Amino acid sequence: MDFLDKFPSMGQGGLRDIKKSIDLGFRDFSRAYGDSLEAFFEPLLNLLVWIEKLLVYSPWPLIVIIFGVFAWLASRRLIVVFLTILTFLVIGFFGMWEDTMATIAIIFVATIICVFLGIPIGVLMSNSTRVQSLINPVLDIMQTIPSFVYLIPVVMLLGIGKVPGLIAVCIYAIPPIIRLTNLGIRLVDKEVLEAADAFGASFRQKLFGVQIPLALPNIFAGINQTIMMALAMVVIASMIGVKGLGVPVLRAVSNQYLALGLMNGLAIVALAIIFDRISQNFGKRLQKHMDRQNGI
Amino acid sequence: MESESKLLIKNIYKIFGDRPEAALKLVTDGINKQTLLEQHNHVLALNNINLEVSTGKFQVVMGLSGSGKSTLIRHVNRLIEPTAGSIFFHDDDVTNLDEKQLRYFRRFRTSMVFQNFALLPHRTVLENISYGLVIQKQVKKILMDRSLEWLNRVGLDGYNDYYPTQLSGGMQQRVGLARALATDAEILLMDEPFSALDPLIREEMQDVLINLQNELKKTIIFITHDLDEALRIGDKVAILKDGEIIQNGSPEEIILNPANEYVTDFTKNINRGRILTIGAIIEDAVLENAIKIDKKITLEAALRTINEEGSQFANVVDNSRVIGSVSQKTIINAITSGTEVN
Repeated sequence: MDFLDKFPSMGQGGLRDIKKSIDLGFRDFSRAYGDSLEAFFEPLLNLLVWIEKLLVYSPWPLIVIIFGVFAWLASRRLIVVFLTILTFLVIGFFGMWEDTMATIAIIFVATIICVFLGIPIGVLMSNSTRVQSLINPVLDIMQTIPSFVYLIPVVMLLGIGKVPGLIAVCIYAIPPIIRLTNLGIRLVDKEVLEAADAFGASFRQKLFGVQIPLALPNIFAGINQTIMMALAMVVIASMIGVKGLGVPVLRAVSNQYLALGLMNGLAIVALAIIFDRISQNFGKRLQKHMDRQNGI
Repeated sequence: MESESKLLIKNIYKIFGDRPEAALKLVTDGINKQTLLEQHNHVLALNNINLEVSTGKFQVVMGLSGSGKSTLIRHVNRLIEPTAGSIFFHDDDVTNLDEKQLRYFRRFRTSMVFQNFALLPHRTVLENISYGLVIQKQVKKILMDRSLEWLNRVGLDGYNDYYPTQLSGGMQQRVGLARALATDAEILLMDEPFSALDPLIREEMQDVLINLQNELKKTIIFITHDLDEALRIGDKVAILKDGEIIQNGSPEEIILNPANEYVTDFTKNINRGRILTIGAIIEDAVLENAIKIDKKITLEAALRTINEEGSQFANVVDNSRVIGSVSQKTIINAITSGTEVN
């Protein structure tokens, strides 16, 4: 009955060989291509550093005012503007200004990357059910695999630093925008699309004139989710050398500094709420034509 | 010689299913719709449709749901591809256009009005009207001028910046009509455009359309399930049943000479007095001292005129030339005969 008591595994030797060959293979790959990959991501690094410097070295009142104006443009609600400004003032007062700016920089760049990659991928998916069935499992993996697992190859390839952190954030944060772009375009009224066809609209005229505008509320929900998920990754990203609010949180965890952890953690929450309200209100304003049902 | 100056639908078959080509062979070998569905799992939507619409004529296609009428109209601009058959417009074979030519055809030569309006919800009324012109890539000035002109002609002045959801159904379809007419296409395809409207608004919209057509002389294909509507507005009415055209003729022909029982069943509840014109029941005798009525007015209107004059008879004129006469009695007979026969 030996067979039933113990699972017939492949044995230590074979397993070790498999792991070894994967590890060595990837090490060879990273040795061969690591440098060129680093060069490839260099512009990204420069952008991130530039934005970070811009945020940190600009006079703080200017930054606060700019965010206030953003809040107003997006929401047209004074309460949102007021709370945004108040939050930044409190964060600065508690000495977290620089870390907060660094976090905003990485969130900003990550969101831009996710939007520029995610929306076209979502469009591709919406146009072909086969592409959709190929990409969906990849997105499932990206969302469920523990982030530490994909940190390993990223760090092996690019080392510790801002770029690997940025990549890790993007891997985690890009699925919602892809999914919601795909969904939004698929939900566009078939009759409206038929009308566009009947008037002779080309693929581009349909995409930019009908599908994307009508999918915008969903696309914005996707951007909102992407920002939220990017913020959720700042602590993990700080483990591989990304500056920002995650660093003190990490320090607080390893040294049991309750107050430090709480303060920086709450600052992340505050940022999340600000970005969420701003992007949500903007999304709502985009679909105003939908809910003004007051017929004449 | 495939005709000039008309829209010609020739031997169109449409079969829905996995292998329409194979099913087509069965159909041409004489299998019927029911057997094709039950034994081969293919739907015969259109069965050898032939239809000829002269330029500037108003062709109505009337059929109940499932008769294939919406499928048929979508073949004209190839929103649906035929399984077999051809469509000619003037001398072009529409069924042979490549993708680019087809886009051009749809942009400049056809336009369409839809049952549920299919307006673009994110564009204002004016922007919706200009949609076809945007697709045509017209310059801004032409685009604005023509959109504003059509906004005015369908009676929506002042609603420029409203969104479709803010308008009533009738107004939305006015926008749909203006959007279709603004492109200045020769063919106007209308897929049950007034079916979603309530009866009063529907008649109002029919009048709008009739008045516009009197002036514009578009080549119209108009789909409806309502025979009253069909007979009221069409130059010709084709009756479609199970994917086949049973009868195609002027409203008077349909009423006076129904092709078979199916058509008779439809026509017996029709208000003949509002469809038939005096010309259809004219007698040769010319009377003296009788009032004059035009041969193009309906029986109902003629009866009213005769009654109002306190007379029993009237002379019928065609372009102010007397061509015959009618009596009150013959008019009443013509109005009621349809119901008496059955």
